[in-house]
Amino acid sequence: MGCIMIFSGSEAAAKPRKLLMKGAEAIGEAAIRAGAKAYFCYPITPQTEVAEYLARRMPEVGGVFLQGESELAVANMLFGAAATGARVFTSTSSPGFSLMAEAMSYIAGAELPVVFINVMRCGPGLGGVLAAQSDYWQATRNSGHGDYRCPVLAPSSVQEAAELTLAAFELADRYRNPVIVLADGMIGQMMEPVMLEGLAAGEPVEKPWATQGCGGREPVVVKSLYLDPQVLERMNRRLAEKYAKMQTDEVQVELYNVRERHDLVVVAYGTMARICKTAIDRLGKEGLQVGLVRPITLFPFPVDAVHSAARHSAAGVVTVELSQGQMIDDVNLALGELGRSAFFGRSGGMVPTPDEVTRVFRDLVKRGAA
Amino acid sequence: MTGGEVVFSRPESLRRTPTHYCPGCTHGTAHRLVAEVLDELGIRERTVGVAPVGCAVFAYNYFNCDFLEAAHGRAPAFATGVKRVRPELIVFTYQGDGDLASIGLAEILHAANRGEKFTVVFVNNAIYGMTGGQMAPTTLPGQVTTTCPGGRDVEQVGYPLRVAELLATLRTPGYIARGSLHGPESIIASKRLVRRAFEHQVAGTCFGLVELLSTCPTNWGLTPMAACQWVVDRMIPYYPLGELKRPESATGQVAS
Ligand SMILES: Cc1ncc(C[n+]2csc(CCOP(=O)(O)OP(=O)(O)O)c2C)c(N)n1
Ligand code: SF4
Ligand SMILES: [Mg+2]
Repeated sequence: MGCIMIFSGSEAAAKPRKLLMKGAEAIGEAAIRAGAKAYFCYPITPQTEVAEYLARRMPEVGGVFLQGESELAVANMLFGAAATGARVFTSTSSPGFSLMAEAMSYIAGAELPVVFINVMRCGPGLGGVLAAQSDYWQATRNSGHGDYRCPVLAPSSVQEAAELTLAAFELADRYRNPVIVLADGMIGQMMEPVMLEGLAAGEPVEKPWATQGCGGREPVVVKSLYLDPQVLERMNRRLAEKYAKMQTDEVQVELYNVRERHDLVVVAYGTMARICKTAIDRLGKEGLQVGLVRPITLFPFPVDAVHSAARHSAAGVVTVELSQGQMIDDVNLALGELGRSAFFGRSGGMVPTPDEVTRVFRDLVKRGAA
Repeated sequence: MTGGEVVFSRPESLRRTPTHYCPGCTHGTAHRLVAEVLDELGIRERTVGVAPVGCAVFAYNYFNCDFLEAAHGRAPAFATGVKRVRPELIVFTYQGDGDLASIGLAEILHAANRGEKFTVVFVNNAIYGMTGGQMAPTTLPGQVTTTCPGGRDVEQVGYPLRVAELLATLRTPGYIARGSLHGPESIIASKRLVRRAFEHQVAGTCFGLVELLSTCPTNWGLTPMAACQWVVDRMIPYYPLGELKRPESATGQVAS
């Protein structure tokens, strides 16, 4: 569980330290640096290391660590803990995330800031424990009932997993909304050098709505029930405005080898995007220009970035996922009049090799040219 | 009126708001007992209540303290979240029998077993009041509800669950008691139980749960007076009153 430190060169002491950490541990440590005061969990592969790390680490920083009786209970504990105004979070994997859906809806309705880390494994059902991206729909639409949305942040390296965990807490507080960090099993399990120095909580946000006892003020109520349809619709409209603001202000995207003209444009996120980059580099050596649009926020989706990269691509767009095709829906919406995306995906825990992806891209370019 | 002594007034912990409860419903009585205890212990300003899904969902409109509104059955998980992060707050859940004994059985059992130091006010009226009188896990054998129109058939759905007895078997220290709201004497006795449960929380001793046998004249199809008599005739024989467990008493021993 311990972290291995890498010192580069003789002046290592003066330089910021890099730690070699598992993705799951980096997420846990980043949350502590974000000022998380409580973490509730239920064990599930492939992210139990977050819980194991925090079981040791949370008491060291005076925080709360509690293993609940189920993901259902855990997510409802988060509601109560967040209502006090503290920064709180959980981590889980797909089947556990499904059980958290109930509370997520209530948390969104009561407008509480809570961070959910979902390290996806493959499904449906018990599925398997290997890496997958088959919960894109569940994360970016609604896992629970009702008219709500959550920002979804998708890291593609251990460093980014740490940074996006911190960002998730900031977003959650700023928007009074649940935020999802959607990683895949590869990110959770992989060890990479990370730099955690500099990761720190931003300015604290005022929380006059927090239930901390009514001493010195009128009582406050944190709730989601509005039986008057006019009042509830007003609330729904206000929430919709909040989600619209996220769509204009919070889009994050990486453009890799995106230029004026392409032989092919790829859209991929998380681990899959990294494999695509290797393939793109190889094809570059063959003289083929393949651009990658990597959504970092899955909601809000980088609609404009996808659309503008796709405008000048000889062989169009291909969406690549560790699923049978989910994000492709958003890619097609973004493409609009430009047509539809091709698709390549592996699933069930199968991860394509760079060779396989390279072949797929090369074939698409050939067919596009024909 | 000068020189007169005030012998009865609205507790500060209750708002000046008429409740939505049906005539003869004892939910209001349960609210009053809790509010009096919050006043007497001087804890209103550091109390956070958790409302259930059930007829008492609007409890926060009547209690004059901070409140959360839980998902159905999950109040003990909500309370756990609050109390773990802010142990100095006084936290209580207020839950019906459908909420606590059916959909929320796992949450209440594990909260009690972890020894969460909050207080549960468990209002058992042997029926789902809010949804219009369906069978609850606490519905008595033979009792007619809309989903057991021929009366509860124990061959099909088992016997009513005695939650207080179940929780009293736990090894973890706790205060578990059952009172009834059918008449003045039992109401006064019930208040003592509620007060003791809160005192244990204030002292940081243990988890506390007080079950209060309550009426639902509307869905039982009885007048308020007949409903109180039904508690005496039908409920108390199956759900005996008293302290079932004290933190200092041995596991599962009935202490009264
Ligand atoms: C998940 C979920 N399932 C079902 C319901 C519908 N529902 C609302 S209240 C209730 C039963 C409440 O009965 P009880 O807890 O006994 O409270 P009472 O109204 O009798 O005080 C049910 C089933 C709901 N709100 N949420
Ligand atoms: S339905 Fe029953 S429990 Fe609900 S308010 Fe009316 S009498 Fe009380
Ligand atoms: Mg009931």
